[in-house]
Amino acid sequence: MREMTCLECPRGCQLSIDEESLEVTGNSCEKGEAFARAEITNPVRVLTTTAVIESGTDAMLPVRTQDPIPKSRMFEAMRFIKSLRVKAPVEVGDVLVRDLVGTGVALIATKSVKK
Amino acid sequence: MYDLIVVGGGPAGLAAASAAWEKGVKKILILERDRELGGILNQCIHNGFGVKTFGEALSGPEYADRFERMVAESGIEVKTDTMVLDIDENRNVSAVNPVDGYVTYKAKAVILAMGCRERTRGAISIPGTRPAGIFSAGTAQRYMNIDGFMVGKRVVILGSGDIGLIMARRMTLEGAKVLACVEVMPVSSGLRANIARCLDDFGIPLLLSHTVTDIRGNKRITGVTVQEVDSRMVPIPGTEQYFDCDTLLLSVGLVPENELTKKAGIGLDPRTRGAYVFENRETENEGVFACGNVLHVHDLVDYVSEEARFAGEAVADYIENGERPKESFLLTTSGGVTYTVPQRIRKDSGMKLVNIYLRINRKVKKGDIVISADDMEIARYHKENLAPGEMITVALPSVLMQKVSGSDMMDVSLEEVP
Repeated sequence: MREMTCLECPRGCQLSIDEESLEVTGNSCEKGEAFARAEITNPVRVLTTTAVIESGTDAMLPVRTQDPIPKSRMFEAMRFIKSLRVKAPVEVGDVLVRDLVGTGVALIATKSVKK
Repeated sequence: MYDLIVVGGGPAGLAAASAAWEKGVKKILILERDRELGGILNQCIHNGFGVKTFGEALSGPEYADRFERMVAESGIEVKTDTMVLDIDENRNVSAVNPVDGYVTYKAKAVILAMGCRERTRGAISIPGTRPAGIFSAGTAQRYMNIDGFMVGKRVVILGSGDIGLIMARRMTLEGAKVLACVEVMPVSSGLRANIARCLDDFGIPLLLSHTVTDIRGNKRITGVTVQEVDSRMVPIPGTEQYFDCDTLLLSVGLVPENELTKKAGIGLDPRTRGAYVFENRETENEGVFACGNVLHVHDLVDYVSEEARFAGEAVADYIENGERPKESFLLTTSGGVTYTVPQRIRKDSGMKLVNIYLRINRKVKKGDIVISADDMEIARYHKENLAPGEMITVALPSVLMQKVSGSDMMDVSLEEVP
């Protein structure tokens, strides 16, 4: 049995999963079941951070991965995002990188920044 | 003359203004002191906002963007870089900005949506020297996420509020070493999910029933002493641990920013540190409403938006129909309920259901929230997994209140269930 807190919503259900049968208890919805299974096989998280933006009204551009990426790739993704230089203007939702460090997941802007 | 002036363009102000607009209020002005709308959401770049409101997990700036668009597509007027200085009893709102100078606007209704500020080191009296490198967690968050400055490399966090937890992860991702998160209470006030994804994911220890008892360093902080505390929160001798750090972040709570409210002579509840309000979020001053974190500190921005929309709609009703009779029930609290919002419910509220938000003082596995008047039980709500950090909502049907005849008070209490 492994215990964990579900991260799918702010409710934070306390989940238990049997590592052999993959049976999940403590969840209040289907998302919790899928979360617990992913957590013991390939835990994933949405990465949020900032990137440098040039010639814009802001110094930093908040960004995130469009979908969750493997937890184990987070620091590698951070190093890559640090090397980015985004040019203003940017609209919220714009894709900045199509495939972030080979995860197959896009990096998007989460704020509109004018020139 | 405006129909409605909203003080503050953060999540509460934006949602309140757009709800009032949708309900037909025409001349609305939002006054915001920052250079842009969005308030604290602009620096909350992490994910998880909007699950309730939009059914998806957004970052703070994305969440703000949704509401800013609603405002931009309406006829709501916005003035940024504008600081409100004074609100008088006739709802004259005085403000100053670089374009108009000092101006006074008159409004039929005012919504207070100023949000909250962080408690500081002074508020919690930590001994030691006064070096650089001590930040409130939200200040560090602003330096990092808006200005792009790294605030430190070896970090101790005092307090386990959500902003502290979020900053533990943020600083770790940016290459800092977060040595520990230290919490004086036996439970964290942060969301369970945040403890899991911000501390546990990165192996950052959470030291419960511990506090910082000394700060060292002259120019820059060089370390802190952490000690365990007993049940009366007194440090236990012999439990000292020294952490070699260059940064101390404080995440020790939020205080509603009510200087304007106080100046306007509006009564504040010492428990919430926000205004006393009726069920429609109207304060003791006619036509002045309050919502969001200036009223009481919410757990999630989704709840702020919900309350603010409700207040915006109530303003529309007030402008159209005038004030409802003030005859009301005063809500008292007992059994570990620490506050309720609203504090007063009008006998003629015009509502079928009145939502009561409340907090409790301890962790309870199973408990009932009981509402009573004259020792008679009016309503009982069974709840599970209750914690001080998580706001509880109960919906009280107005028909049940009509049964109360002899009293102008209702008590809200917590009963533990085995």
